[in-house]
Amino acid sequence: MQPLRRRMLGLIAAAPIAPIALAAQADAAVAYPVVRPQRLRFPEDHGAHPAHRIEWWYLTGWLEAAGLAPFGFQLTFFQIRPGIAEDNPSRFAPDHLLVAHAALALPQAGHLLHAARTARSMPGLVGASVGDCYVRLDRWRLWRQADDFKADVDAGEFMLQLAFGPTGEPLLHGEGGYSQKAPGAEHASQYVSLPQLPVRGRVRVGERVLAVSGKAWFDHEWSSSLMHPDAAGWDWAGINLHDGSALMLFRMRRHDGGALWHGGTLRRADGTIQHFGPSDIAWQVQREWRSPRSGVRWPVSQTVRFADRIISLAPLMDDQELDTRSTTGAIYWEGAVRAMEQGREVGRGYLELTGYDKALRL
Amino acid sequence: MKLLLGLFISSLRRRRFAAALSLLAVMLGVALGVAVSVVNRSALDEFAHGVRVLSGEADLQIVGPRNGFDDALFAPVVLSEGVAAASPVVELDVRLPGRDSPLRVLGLDLLRSIQIQPALRPETGPTLDAGALLDPDLIYLSPAALQRFGLSVGQTVRMQLGARTIALRIGGVANGFGAGQLAGLMDIAAAQWRFDHLGRLTRIDLRWASGGDTSAARAALKALLPPGLQLVPPAQREEQAADMSRAYRANLTMLAVIALATGAFLVFATQSLSVVRREAEFALLRALGVTRVELLRGVLAEGCAVGLVGGSIGVVVGHGLAAIALNTLGGDLGAAGYFAGSRPALQFDLLASAVFLLLGLAASVLGSWWPAWRAANADIAPALRSSHQPMLPPASVHRRVAIVLAAMAVALAALPPLQGLPVGGYLAVACVLACAVVCLPALAHLLTRSLARWPGLLLGLVRARVAATPSHAVIAAGGVLASVALSVAMAIMVASFRDSVDAWLARVLPADLYVRSAQGAVAVGVEPDALKRLAAIPEVARIEPIRHEQIRLDGGGLPVALVARTVPAEGADRVFPMREMRPCSGDCVWVSEAMSDLHGWRTGQQVQIPIGGGEHRFVVAGIWRDYARQSGAILIDLARYQTLTSDMRANDVAIWAAPGVAADMLRERVRALFGPSLEIASAELIRRSSLALFDRTFAVTYALEACAVLIGLFGIAASFAALAAARRREFGMLRHIGVTRGQIGTLLALEGALVAGIGVVGGMLAGGAISVLLIFVVNRQSFHWSMDFAVPGASLALFAVAMLGFAALAARLAGGQAMRLDAVRAVREDA
Repeated sequence: MQPLRRRMLGLIAAAPIAPIALAAQADAAVAYPVVRPQRLRFPEDHGAHPAHRIEWWYLTGWLEAAGLAPFGFQLTFFQIRPGIAEDNPSRFAPDHLLVAHAALALPQAGHLLHAARTARSMPGLVGASVGDCYVRLDRWRLWRQADDFKADVDAGEFMLQLAFGPTGEPLLHGEGGYSQKAPGAEHASQYVSLPQLPVRGRVRVGERVLAVSGKAWFDHEWSSSLMHPDAAGWDWAGINLHDGSALMLFRMRRHDGGALWHGGTLRRADGTIQHFGPSDIAWQVQREWRSPRSGVRWPVSQTVRFADRIISLAPLMDDQELDTRSTTGAIYWEGAVRAMEQGREVGRGYLELTGYDKALRL
Repeated sequence: MKLLLGLFISSLRRRRFAAALSLLAVMLGVALGVAVSVVNRSALDEFAHGVRVLSGEADLQIVGPRNGFDDALFAPVVLSEGVAAASPVVELDVRLPGRDSPLRVLGLDLLRSIQIQPALRPETGPTLDAGALLDPDLIYLSPAALQRFGLSVGQTVRMQLGARTIALRIGGVANGFGAGQLAGLMDIAAAQWRFDHLGRLTRIDLRWASGGDTSAARAALKALLPPGLQLVPPAQREEQAADMSRAYRANLTMLAVIALATGAFLVFATQSLSVVRREAEFALLRALGVTRVELLRGVLAEGCAVGLVGGSIGVVVGHGLAAIALNTLGGDLGAAGYFAGSRPALQFDLLASAVFLLLGLAASVLGSWWPAWRAANADIAPALRSSHQPMLPPASVHRRVAIVLAAMAVALAALPPLQGLPVGGYLAVACVLACAVVCLPALAHLLTRSLARWPGLLLGLVRARVAATPSHAVIAAGGVLASVALSVAMAIMVASFRDSVDAWLARVLPADLYVRSAQGAVAVGVEPDALKRLAAIPEVARIEPIRHEQIRLDGGGLPVALVARTVPAEGADRVFPMREMRPCSGDCVWVSEAMSDLHGWRTGQQVQIPIGGGEHRFVVAGIWRDYARQSGAILIDLARYQTLTSDMRANDVAIWAAPGVAADMLRERVRALFGPSLEIASAELIRRSSLALFDRTFAVTYALEACAVLIGLFGIAASFAALAAARRREFGMLRHIGVTRGQIGTLLALEGALVAGIGVVGGMLAGGAISVLLIFVVNRQSFHWSMDFAVPGASLALFAVAMLGFAALAARLAGGQAMRLDAVRAVREDA
């Protein structure tokens, strides 16, 4: 549930009229399919599952370019099924809403460059294909071609043209992809990752075009369930470790700040997978950064204890806050982090922090 | 100089009545001009604001037929090079059952419109879930619409949709609309679905990416558009609105200018007479060392004072009139159609105020010029003699000038319009007026001589008096002439117009009953299924559906109406009154006069018309008279239209009763089929309401005519009041020889009537000529409609008699002052 929520947060941030998407979650008249443990098939399951309430394709990663310090990027496509007037035969019928969100974390910029698009599904223009990954929102596209995923996003201020691959074996979280997010079996999602994903391509920032390469983390998740009523927000991290292993950790927080649920997955370079449950993980704040804009104190540096290891997460830069309160009421922190173990960098990835200004009402 | 000005300006105070009349005339002219401009400016500004609100920050709009175009165009437009944002729009005017004001329903994709029309968004109620923005059963109404229709959030509102009604719930208030805009906001998919507009868009608003607006990008975008669709900047739509109402506005302004000219004439009349009366005073001033130039300036200053004060009051009054007009008649001054349903807020119009203030000043300076010049150049010596009888110089006839003016009028009338305005026509009207004024002395001479045969002492005296002071008569009659000419011209024009419209309505409304879904620009029509049910009613002999569409021809210009009706084999003149017609072979259309005026279409010509997303070739088989659509209309056979567009709906349905079925019975049956909300009207009712609308449109011009007549009567009163003092001795003498006071009163009245009579005869002749110009030049060029000449003889005769009566009364009242003097004193004064 929590990554679900995490992505919902991105969604709120991205949508110019986010309440539409939110309301669609709360107030639908259609019967959404409930996720159950099942055998996933690829590449079919890289494609869309349009009957579900929400689904997303989520790419985060670190990029390097000649003469530049490493920087982070994030690209997300959400598909939401509002379940409103699905019998409307109009071409503009909002059978699905798509939200796309792109951000660059350039240390020299000091803050995020980001852009968002929202649109209703429409054949030939906006939508996510079933059967294989092909998601488009006007000119923003994410699709699979041969063994690669490709992304083409022109946000005006910046542009991403990236190829991801080879993908390797999908990492299925939880029970073969059935990932529980909070107490109760109904709070779950289908959750597939493609970690340690080589990425190359071009990034344009302003007028400057950079040839880039790096490592990405690709999440694909779908669900129909709502956020647990006791949950106030969450912390999530997806880290590509330098030894070739991949680590995903999350915690769902209660309104009092305590943990409602923990979860995580570690896949070692040899392919062996270790799943962590609520009792295996503990998060601890190391350093807070107070946003001068919002006044919110973000725990930008945290230590996570899981199994026998302790990994601290240190941000690429402190200010990776996304303040979209004026349009959506949401404010969150999503940024590139380094994973440190015993004082040295063991990996790079992304950390997401939500619900620190107030409880997210989702 | 100060002293001098005081001397002259204070003279105005001494002749308060005459000065006040001149002032009033100038004031009226300025007020009318300002009012017309203010009303129009306010209406245009409101319209422009409305366009801006609806188009938001759009750089360009894709527009096409009013009934919309295929929405499959949207995806390629979004993906077209250089386009940053595109917002699809379904814009429909719908009617609430039983309500006249149309509601503009705007179907928007809020997720996209937010990038172009960010101001337009619903404000949802506290209890309403925001997801309801996509709810197909919800509509969000503008504050003005809620107020006008007496609705509140949460209520259900019914809307007329062809032959049926649909119900929508009011989800909340739609923000961002202009004050007074009756509008509703819906999700675009919901609007398409609920209003039977599936697959159609009426507009796409676009914004370029920065640097995206290149000629290549424009060309790529244009290449996507099927025929009949155009790429226009929103500002162009504002211009088109201004163009639409420009001719009407220009004609009203011309009336104001004519009122001002009449005012100038009144200033001239009163100043001339006052200068004559003050000859001795001026001679004395000259003798005391005042120079000619100072004298000239002094008299001109008097005129300026009148113009300035009258003009200033006129500006204020004009805004007041505008406020009243906006409140009672609306932004189109009663002429329905230009800004239907608008109630714009009054705006101060600095430019018009300045221009008309200057015009008022110019009118009074011009009117004072000749009197001032005469005062400055008068002989001092005779005027200083106490026995001097001040006299106007004899009026002379400038035959050559008259002929030149008449020739100029004819030549100007033949000129083509200038930027859609009949400038030549207006100038020709001015020439005719000037020519009539120049001919007045001759007319006065002619009339008095022809009256010579009439017996009686009083008549003899009247005749002698008028003949002896022709200049006085001419000046007073001049004012009457101008106002009568204006009124007569308008009366003849309006009567001709009304007769022609009446005859036209009889032709275009042949059926017994009309079912109308088209009020204003309502695009949603009666569906084919309802038409079938209608035709199946036993009391119905036959029905004829009529479809109205609005298309855009290549090369821009205003949208053109497309009227799809069944054109019978016997000929298209059964449908519309044809001015020209030829047998139709092949694909034919018949076009209105405006099409031949504006687009140069002639019978027999091959034309390309974009219909149903394709360009089609037609032959123009006739030109018909159309009073309904001033920017042009094309008649096409309904079956052909339906083949080309697959649009099977109808806006209006003409219904013929079966033999022996009464109209009431038929109406009852149709009503039973369609329910109470649809508008069902008999041909007679439509005819009457159309004529009522016509009369309302001309109500403003009636008011202007009344003002002009009033000014003319002022002229009579002013000149008689001015001469009254000078005639004390004359009246004293008459009393002395036994003429009674009552007889002198009759004498004055008859003099007034005779002077007015000269003006009335001249005015009738000039008015007749001007009406010809109005009908065949001004109206034709302004509105592109022709009409049959008709003279409302009885009304004009009544008007003439009333003018004579009022003039007699005015002269009697104004001259009364001189009669009150004791006869003996008056004669002694003479001795």
